[in-house]
Amino acid sequence: MSKQLPPFQRFLDVHRDVVWRFLVSAVGPVEAEDCFQETFIAALRAYPRLRADSNVRGWVLTIAHRKALDAHRGRARRALPVADPVAVDGRAQSAAPAPDEALWEAVGELPDRQRSAVVLRYLADLPHRDIAAAIGCSEEAARRSLHEGLTTLRKVVPA
Amino acid sequence: MSARTTSENHVVERALRRGAPSTDGHEDRAAEAARRLAQRAVQEGLADVVYAPVSSPFGELLLAATDRGLLRVAFPEEDTDSVLERISRRVSPRIVEAPAGLERVRRELDEYFSGSRRRFDLALDWSLVGGPFGREVLRVTSEIPYGGVLSYREVAMDAGSPRGSRAAGNALGSNPIPIVVPCHRVLHTGGGLGGYGGGLDRKRWLLELEGALTPQL
Repeated sequence: MSKQLPPFQRFLDVHRDVVWRFLVSAVGPVEAEDCFQETFIAALRAYPRLRADSNVRGWVLTIAHRKALDAHRGRARRALPVADPVAVDGRAQSAAPAPDEALWEAVGELPDRQRSAVVLRYLADLPHRDIAAAIGCSEEAARRSLHEGLTTLRKVVPA
Repeated sequence: MSARTTSENHVVERALRRGAPSTDGHEDRAAEAARRLAQRAVQEGLADVVYAPVSSPFGELLLAATDRGLLRVAFPEEDTDSVLERISRRVSPRIVEAPAGLERVRRELDEYFSGSRRRFDLALDWSLVGGPFGREVLRVTSEIPYGGVLSYREVAMDAGSPRGSRAAGNALGSNPIPIVVPCHRVLHTGGGLGGYGGGLDRKRWLLELEGALTPQL
């Protein structure tokens, strides 16, 4: 029997954490809420057409990536000062961040394309070709962004 | 790339694959966002099926409904994932958990279990019922009044198949909307209880509640 698409609620339960983490690192904790809603509403609209054997996590993170870009563009148009995520989210103000926390803070500070490449590669587990398609660049450029991102991140992870 | 850089990348890659740590309340906030998403999906008409657990004297029942009506009542022993997967296959995968959409069903069931309601005033969705004869059997069954009973043979006859007692029994045994579609009111011709998808103890309990059966000591 062919693989079944799980009920949408199960899909939401399984992927909500990774999408939330991605969006917090991409747009900050305040805008993450709106982007989260937009991401899963778009996913729900398209859901019946999704193939059950596709990379479902990669699919939803690609949507989240686009919604994060929309949020960045909207912000640029409004030209409002951007709240510092660390200042807004009190819980992020812990004194000495654990190694993984420091790493994810650094992911959040990467330039857009590098951050998307890193997240789509390691959280979404997408191949370079799909990362390139999601970001809208060549496969070679996606590979380069990923490498540049990793080079920066290496500095915050104790070897 | 030098060997040293490659091994250092492995460290970063491993850490990235673990995902962000969950010590800062992300998981709670993601769970809240997911609940709001389910509500919004219902408001925007994007959820084809809503479901919710409700408590009952039998334990926690699972209810599911579409905009046509109540689709499914599942007993506590039924596996939630299997129930939802079948709905996903037969009706739509756009299923979300949304208790608000089932508030009226929950209230009518509460009233029924407490003895103050004798008839359900709910629209029903027959999508999970297989075949025209099965639908006819359940339609006939849904008209058996509170406190009354019919035999399998009578139900088969009313559904248009006088010799279809066994087929009627099968249709009743796979009733997707038990309690509300009262398949517990169908008994063997001699008065024997027959079968029940939710177990014979529950069938007896429901018939006693309705006064169709004298409680046994």
